[in-house]
Amino acid sequence: MDKSVDHTIVFEDVSKFYGEILGVNRVNLTIEPGITSLVGPNGSGKTTLMNLMTALIRPTRGRVSVLGLRADHPEIFFRKVGYCSQFDSFPRALTGFQFIYSYLRVHGYSKQAAQDLAWKALHRVELLDAAHLKIGAYSKGMRQRVRLAQAIAHEPVVMILDEPLNGLDPMARAETIRLFRQLAAEGLHLIISSHILHEVDMMSDSVILLNNGYVVAEGEIQGVRDEMEEHPMQILIRCDRPGLLAARVFEQDSVVEAKIHKDKHGLFVKTRDADAFYLLLNSIVVEDGLSVESVAPVDDDLNAVYQYLIGGGEAA
Amino acid sequence: MSASTEVITEMKPSSSRPWSLWATQIAAILRLEVRKNFIGKRALLIYLLAATPVLLMAALSAQISWEQSRNNNIGEINIIFANLYEGLILRTIVFFGSAWIFMNLFRGEVVDRSLHYYFLSPVRREVLVCGKYLSGLVASFVLFTISTAGSLLFLYIGLGAAGVNYLGDGAGKRQALAYLGITALGCVGYGAAFLVIGLFFRNPIIPALLAYGWEFINFLLPPVLKKISIIHYLHSLSPVPVPEGPFAMVAEPTPAYISIPGLLIVTAAVLVLASFQIRRMQINYGGE
Repeated sequence: MDKSVDHTIVFEDVSKFYGEILGVNRVNLTIEPGITSLVGPNGSGKTTLMNLMTALIRPTRGRVSVLGLRADHPEIFFRKVGYCSQFDSFPRALTGFQFIYSYLRVHGYSKQAAQDLAWKALHRVELLDAAHLKIGAYSKGMRQRVRLAQAIAHEPVVMILDEPLNGLDPMARAETIRLFRQLAAEGLHLIISSHILHEVDMMSDSVILLNNGYVVAEGEIQGVRDEMEEHPMQILIRCDRPGLLAARVFEQDSVVEAKIHKDKHGLFVKTRDADAFYLLLNSIVVEDGLSVESVAPVDDDLNAVYQYLIGGGEAA
Repeated sequence: MSASTEVITEMKPSSSRPWSLWATQIAAILRLEVRKNFIGKRALLIYLLAATPVLLMAALSAQISWEQSRNNNIGEINIIFANLYEGLILRTIVFFGSAWIFMNLFRGEVVDRSLHYYFLSPVRREVLVCGKYLSGLVASFVLFTISTAGSLLFLYIGLGAAGVNYLGDGAGKRQALAYLGITALGCVGYGAAFLVIGLFFRNPIIPALLAYGWEFINFLLPPVLKKISIIHYLHSLSPVPVPEGPFAMVAEPTPAYISIPGLLIVTAAVLVLASFQIRRMQINYGGE
């Protein structure tokens, strides 16, 4: 790595207020290359930090620089930075390919280069089959993937990803996490926000823990991992036969509880090993023909871990 | 999701020379925006607006040819069109059509929550303003000049071959071209004004209505205040003088060699103002 080039993302005493509401306060951070996760409950300031990095919002106080660059000069800055935001909206009436291609043309790429890069990005997120469908017809997971493809299409050095695994099914989550690790191995800077600690554990090199707009902890992933092992993760699976699923999930020792949703169309599962559970779920789908509508981690049980980390071990 | 093994050749943006890059980026923005301006639910209102004068003129034309075509002469039709053009097409259709098209260039994207895609691209925000403004001009030029031309044609068709010949003839052709030019200038001027209004105001309807009121009472204003408007300059260019009524404050029309460059200079100044504003703009969809 070239020592003369700044490879860090730096927040210098950054605060952001929305009127009288605190976004983040007095943030001082230096983020090194690799995968860094911003972790915290909803409203903790993760998205605010990401929007500050990309100048979608301006700090009330302080300075932010990415690889020594300021977003005041977008023509330089956004050649190196890609941001997959949480805004689930798209320009109207475009197909997935047109969406990515059109914005690559806005970057200034030639027709051929934009086409090549668009196809490459769609290939990376495995959306080639749906490339010529209107985005309006995409599922939530496909929309998430096309946003990811758009953010990586120009091959940035720094990728900022706001809850990038939201809406993805277990297979796609695993594949996407593999993609992130691969991008990090290629030398990219990945900043990923999540409120799902188990996902953070699977992909991060380091974490920044946020609460109520303050950075409460930062460092290597190991500390968080140790805490998580003590706290089972709760997952809600919306499916057609929750009873069958409940009977099957106890094949795994790591599953500690299964509870059918009151509407009879879902199952809450508590597990100490989310990876193993997702693999089991896949095999149940294949073997028993279970029809799964969605799979989503449930936040509530993680609050204990957050509280432990935020409160220095008192609450767990 | 393995890395693609495709061989991709020239991956640099098209040029390192800023003007060339900006031209490429403006063209790309134009393609995206023109598509948005012509397709989608928002475009329906514009099509309806643009069709209104054509349909009205067609109805009027039918009435003229049915009732009294033999008695009508070109001079009378010229005055009828001049009045309808200024009252209906220029002051209403072009005004509100431009308001709708240009205010939605940025405000519409904020409502749709898609403006961030531009803000996250390596494109200077001034270039974005330029590309979006040009796309608005393309849409408004196409729709409202066709609307003006259609209105002219349908009205004069009421006179039969004489009317059609008149429009194809020297004087009639010059008159028609003047109306098309005024429509285009109206799009240029009102477009810039509404683009900047859309950037400064979260709810641009109220300032748009205030602007409409100001333009509407222009004939009542003293000469100095008349000049702080767009309609005054467009009115001055009318090929057929239109009386402003008994209560009007009479002012000398501004000659074309002042009003046309004047409008263009004011438009450029307004676009510079828009560029300053957009550089400060933040994305906060939740606060909209």
